[in-house]
Amino acid sequence: MAVRTLSIDGKDIAVEAGTSIMDAAKEAAVPIPKLCHLEGLTPVGACRLCLVEIEGLNKLLPACVTEVWEGMVIHTQTPKLQEYRRMAVELIFAEGNHVCSICVANGNCELQDVAIEVGMDHSRFPYRFPDRGVDLSHPLFGIDHNRCILCTRCVRVCDEVEGAHVWDVAQRGAACYIVSGLNQPWGEVDACTSCGKCVDACPTGAIFKQGSTTGEKQADADKLEFLYTAREKHQWTR
Amino acid sequence: MAKTVVIDPVTRIEGHAKISVFLDDAGEVSNAQFHVVEYRGFEKFCEGRPYTEMAGITARICGICPVSHLICSAKTGDKILAVQIPKAADKLRRLMNLGQITQSHALSFFHLSSPDFLLGWDSDPAKRNVFGLIAADPDLARAGIRLRQFGQKVIEILGGRKIHAAWTVPGGVREPLSEEGRAWIVDRLPESFATIHKALDIFKGLITGPMQAEVEVFGEFPSLFMGLVGKDGQWEHYDGHLRFTDSHGNIVADGLREDDYQDFLGEAVENWSYLKFPYYKPRGYPDGIYRVGPLARLNICDRIGTPQADTELQALRDYAGGVPTSSFLYHYARLVEILACLEHIQLLMDDPEIMSPRVRSHAGVNALEAVGVSEAPRGTLFHHYKVDDNGLIQKVNLIIATGQNNLAMNKTVTQIAKHYIHSEDIPEGFLNRVEAGIRCYDPCLSCSTHAAGQMPLHVQLMAADGGVIKEVYR
Repeated sequence: MAVRTLSIDGKDIAVEAGTSIMDAAKEAAVPIPKLCHLEGLTPVGACRLCLVEIEGLNKLLPACVTEVWEGMVIHTQTPKLQEYRRMAVELIFAEGNHVCSICVANGNCELQDVAIEVGMDHSRFPYRFPDRGVDLSHPLFGIDHNRCILCTRCVRVCDEVEGAHVWDVAQRGAACYIVSGLNQPWGEVDACTSCGKCVDACPTGAIFKQGSTTGEKQADADKLEFLYTAREKHQWTR
Repeated sequence: MAKTVVIDPVTRIEGHAKISVFLDDAGEVSNAQFHVVEYRGFEKFCEGRPYTEMAGITARICGICPVSHLICSAKTGDKILAVQIPKAADKLRRLMNLGQITQSHALSFFHLSSPDFLLGWDSDPAKRNVFGLIAADPDLARAGIRLRQFGQKVIEILGGRKIHAAWTVPGGVREPLSEEGRAWIVDRLPESFATIHKALDIFKGLITGPMQAEVEVFGEFPSLFMGLVGKDGQWEHYDGHLRFTDSHGNIVADGLREDDYQDFLGEAVENWSYLKFPYYKPRGYPDGIYRVGPLARLNICDRIGTPQADTELQALRDYAGGVPTSSFLYHYARLVEILACLEHIQLLMDDPEIMSPRVRSHAGVNALEAVGVSEAPRGTLFHHYKVDDNGLIQKVNLIIATGQNNLAMNKTVTQIAKHYIHSEDIPEGFLNRVEAGIRCYDPCLSCSTHAAGQMPLHVQLMAADGGVIKEVYR
C-alpha cells in the first residue's frame, strides 16, 4: 500500500495514496465546509465550499475531488478561502428563492448551517428571484425547486445507493434544474421506489415529506453513510 | 377658503396610516379620511405554494397576531384534508387563541391606549407612551406588562416560541401540552385575574367620570355588528357560526356559514386607501357598514358563558342602556374579553382531555376549495384557498378584521374631527384624539393590507380647493 505524507493546517499525517484531501482532513480531524459532498456518494465538486489552498499552487482546489500527493502543504482556513466561501454561499442564496422563515427545513438545514459558519449576514449580490415551481405529484414526497442548490446529492444517492436513477440534471448554466424521470411529474415516474433517500440526502428543504410544515423536516444524511458502510464494509453500525 | 389637515403618521397602532381632515370655506370639518398607505401582496405570492405552508406564510403578515393567521389557516387546511381534528387539538388551538386575545388586548389597552386615559389627551406627547405610564404608575404598568406576558407565554408554552410559532397545522397541532406548561399557566392565572379586575375598575371610573364625553364622540353611531357565536348564541372565538345584529340588539342574520361569505360580504375599493372596505351585501355599500372585534363579539352574543365575564358583560350593557354602540367602548369590551379568556383558560386547565397526546390527524388533499374562519383579537378573520389536485395554492383571499372596521374607522375619524376641530389652528391634543379614534379599533394595518412599511402616522389638514394647509408627521 503506497502512503502519502502531507500537512493540513500544520498537522502532519500519512494517508493511503488515492485518498482525497477531504478524507485526509477528516482523518486529521480538520473540518472543511461542504454542501454537495456526502460520504458514500461519488464526489462532484459542485458547491465549491471545500476549496483549499495548497502551497506552491496559485489556484484553489476542491478538497472533495482532489487526491493528495506527497509533501502537500494544505491550508483550509486562510482569509482568502474564508472570503471565497462566503461569496459562494451568498451566490447560492442569490441564485434561488431561499425563504428560511417558512421553509420546512428551517433550523435543520445544511445551507443555513454553512451560512452561519462562513459568517454570511447578508448577500452582497442582487437576488435573482427566479420563477421556479413545486412538484407535489408524488404521494409521499414533494420537491420545491426554489430551494434547490443543485448539489445533485439526490441524483447521486438515487443512482448509486438505491439504483433507481429517478433524478437527473436538465439544461445548462443558470437554467439548470433537477428533473425526475424523463422530465415528468415525480408521481408519474415508475422507476421511483419511494424509498425517501433523496429526502435524507437533500441538504436544504428542496425535497421533503408531503404535509411538512415550517421547520418540520428532519433529514437523516447519516443514514446514507450507514447504508454505504454496511454495503461496502459489511459493518452495520451507526 | 376650505382647508385640509393631515395627520401622518398615526402612532401607537400596528402599521402605517395617514389621516386627512377636510375643512369647508367656513373652516369647519366637512369630512375626514383614514388612509392606509401600505401594500404587501400576500394573496398573490402565495399562489403556487403548498397549502401546508399557508399557516407559516400568512402568520408572517404580522408580529402581533400571527396566531390568528396560524389558526385560521390551519382550520382552512383541515377542510382541505376533509378531516375532523382530534378533540385535544381543538382545545389546544382554543387555548392558544385565548392566550393570543389576552396578550393582544393587554398590549392595546396597557401599552398603546392607557397613556391617553391615565396621562391625559393633552399631556406631553414625548411622555404619552408606555414609558410615561411606567413613570406615573409603575405598579399598573408592571401588572399590564405581566398580563401581556402571560398571554405570550401561553403561546410559547404551546408553540415553542412567542411569535410565529409554527404549531397549528392542517389536521391539528404539532405538539401536545406539557405538564410543566400546564402548571405554569395554572400558577399565573390568579395574578392575571387580579390585574384585569383592577383595569376594569379603572376604566369604569373613567367612563363614568372624566371620559364621558369621549364615549359620546369617539365613534358613537348605529351600525351592524358581526362575529362568530357558538352553540345557543354563546360568545365564541374559534368556531361556531356567523351572526349579524343591529344597534338595537336585533338579529339581522344568523346561522351564516363561512363557506358562503361571498354571498353576504362585499369588498369595495376606494382610490385613496390600500385598505378595502368590506360591507354587508344585502344593505349595499356603504349602508352595509358593520363593526367586528371585541365590542361586536359582545354585542352579538347572548352570553359569554362564564360567571365573572357574564357579570361584566351585563355591567357594560347596563352602562350603555342596551347595546353599546360607541367605539370608545371597544376598550371596555377588550377588558371584558380578557376576563372571558382567563376564565376559559381556567376551564381548559381543569379539562383532563387537554393533556391528550393525540393531537394531529393525517390525510391527503380531499377538497380543492376551503374557507376557514376564526376570531382574531381585532375581529373575524377569513382565509379562502383554492388548490390543485396536488395541494398547490391556485387562489387566495384573506378578509382581515381591521378591514371590516374600515368604514367605521372613517366614520369615527370624521365624527371626532367635526367635534374638536373648528379652525386651522389645531392643538396637538386634538390630533391625538383623532388618532385615538382609530386606536379604539386597535387596527392592525400590516395585517389588513397584508402590507409593508414602518409604523408612523401623518395627518393632513386640507382646504376645500385641495390645498394642504397643515401637516403633522410622527
